[in-house]
Amino acid sequence: MLDQISFFVVSAIILVFSVLTVTSRRILRAAVYLLFVLVATAVLYFMMNYNFLAAVQLTVYAGGIVVLIIFSILLTSHISERAVMAPLKQSLLSALAALAGATLTLMVILGFNFVPNSAPGVESNIHNVGLALISYQRDGYALPFEVISILLLAAIIGAIVVAKKEKLTKEEEKKISEETKNETAL
Amino acid sequence: MIQSIPLSYVLVVSTLMFFIGIFGFLTRRNLITMLMSIELILNSVNINFVAFNHYLYPQAFQGHFFAMIVIAIAAAEAAVGIAIIINIYRNFKSIDVEKVDQMKF
Repeated sequence: MLDQISFFVVSAIILVFSVLTVTSRRILRAAVYLLFVLVATAVLYFMMNYNFLAAVQLTVYAGGIVVLIIFSILLTSHISERAVMAPLKQSLLSALAALAGATLTLMVILGFNFVPNSAPGVESNIHNVGLALISYQRDGYALPFEVISILLLAAIIGAIVVAKKEKLTKEEEKKISEETKNETAL
Repeated sequence: MIQSIPLSYVLVVSTLMFFIGIFGFLTRRNLITMLMSIELILNSVNINFVAFNHYLYPQAFQGHFFAMIVIAIAAAEAAVGIAIIINIYRNFKSIDVEKVDQMKF
């Protein structure tokens, strides 16, 4: 009973704040609503006893990505700026498309008879997860782990290269220094 | 938990979240909010993986690791995406998709 109540509360939080994330006209508030959604998802993982995954969700998503998004919002827009929404016709059509997709998927899901497996599960503690991550036997994940590390390296380098300012050429530098000289002379 | 809650309830939550993300992606006009919609979509997919793992194959870890890898890829995607957005802002003084209509600088 308690489980059910807490599940319904958590899913209500997830759904309400997801809607607010995509409809709020203040971008910074939308980012904070996204943070609530991600934390509620972590609670869902805790309820399923995936402690390690929930911790990863909290640190990487809620701690990392949301902070990155908030920083970029502060870099690119004014706090008081309101987001421009799509025209009404387009919003209605997208809502219709999303609704149609949701009903179709929900019909399929609710019509399918899932048989839960009541076998005793593996415990998701640091020990088991770590062993599976470095194992290259069956049910080991050493290869994806290494591939992810290379991907992260590439992403770090790519982000730096894309976001850094371009170096000025010598002519541009000369031009700028002459301009400042003229200004001081004036 | 969570045996008192059927699997389909969790799937309903994640489906609704997915399509809310789709709706946001279609209606938003600001690059950062579109990125936030993508995060919503990825997150709902994660919930699906974890729920299937927990309910149907509790003796294995596949869904768990899929979700972890998706989280790592989402982090990389957010970093590169935000770098691109900052570069666009530098060139166009705006991150509105309607105003960024030119591919070359």
